[in-house]
Amino acid sequence: MTRDEVFEKVKGVLVDALSVDEDDVTADARLTTDLGAESIDFLDIVFKLEQAFGFKIAQGELFPENVAQDPRYVKDGRVTPEGLATLRERLPHADFSRFEKDPQITKVAEVFTVDAVVNFVMKKLGAAGAAAAGAH
Amino acid sequence: MRWMWIDRVIALEPGRRLVAVKNVSLAEEHLHDHFPADGRGAALPVMPASLIIEGMAQTAGILVGHAGRFAEKVILAKIGKAEIDRDAGPGMTLRYTATLERIDTLGASTTGVVELMDHAAPGTAFAEIGRIDMMFSHIDRNMAGTEFPEHNFVFSEGFRTLLRSSGIEAEF
Repeated sequence: MTRDEVFEKVKGVLVDALSVDEDDVTADARLTTDLGAESIDFLDIVFKLEQAFGFKIAQGELFPENVAQDPRYVKDGRVTPEGLATLRERLPHADFSRFEKDPQITKVAEVFTVDAVVNFVMKKLGAAGAAAAGAH
Repeated sequence: MRWMWIDRVIALEPGRRLVAVKNVSLAEEHLHDHFPADGRGAALPVMPASLIIEGMAQTAGILVGHAGRFAEKVILAKIGKAEIDRDAGPGMTLRYTATLERIDTLGASTTGVVELMDHAAPGTAFAEIGRIDMMFSHIDRNMAGTEFPEHNFVFSEGFRTLLRSSGIEAEF
């Protein structure tokens, strides 16, 4: 599946889950700020991606967990360098370059752009393809 | 039995599907206000669509709760879709069928079909009048880490009575 095909499918999932116009789902649109996603929508998106692409997504694999509550990772409302490194490691599909300039924890969800979701799916499909090739 | 919008669970396949019925009655007070006679015309007592949605939320909520042995506080978090094609009036029966699509530790998604039986219609049978898709959250596992009271205030005595009178064994 090409990146364009994945993008179109991801767009369908987001239009369905967030009731937004297709035109609003651009590559750099942020799920929260631009597309209005709330916390339950993230779970909905995970379930719908699983259905659309036929793979399972483990808890915390696409969106982070237990970061905001961990005092090692968040201090005075800001993500610490250790926290940022952990986020980068756990979520290689997201781009943290803009976030790291002003790492307020309340803004962490803004790293989840449509592009980040497409990156995630491409990676999952690549891993599944590699596993299938290895099985032959 | 305040705020119970289903009368009986008639089928349960644990973790898959739950079916419940609701008999709409003229004795329900809100029907007198929804809609009363006014200058424009005679009274039109019908079950509010919002309460049909609540009926599905209870049907699907029990299905989700049962799948987790009622250990979780299952809260309706999102109505992905709600289409209701026609009114349900007094003396008619609603049948809700909820199907569990996906469940994990954070929550669950369900799809649902609403059917209506008009007992006065020829060849009386249930006919589909609506489709309602929902998301439920296990609120103790919310992302913000907010804490809630320990006892399960969602599955209260009303739900216990409903399940018991429907012949479903559930200890919670």
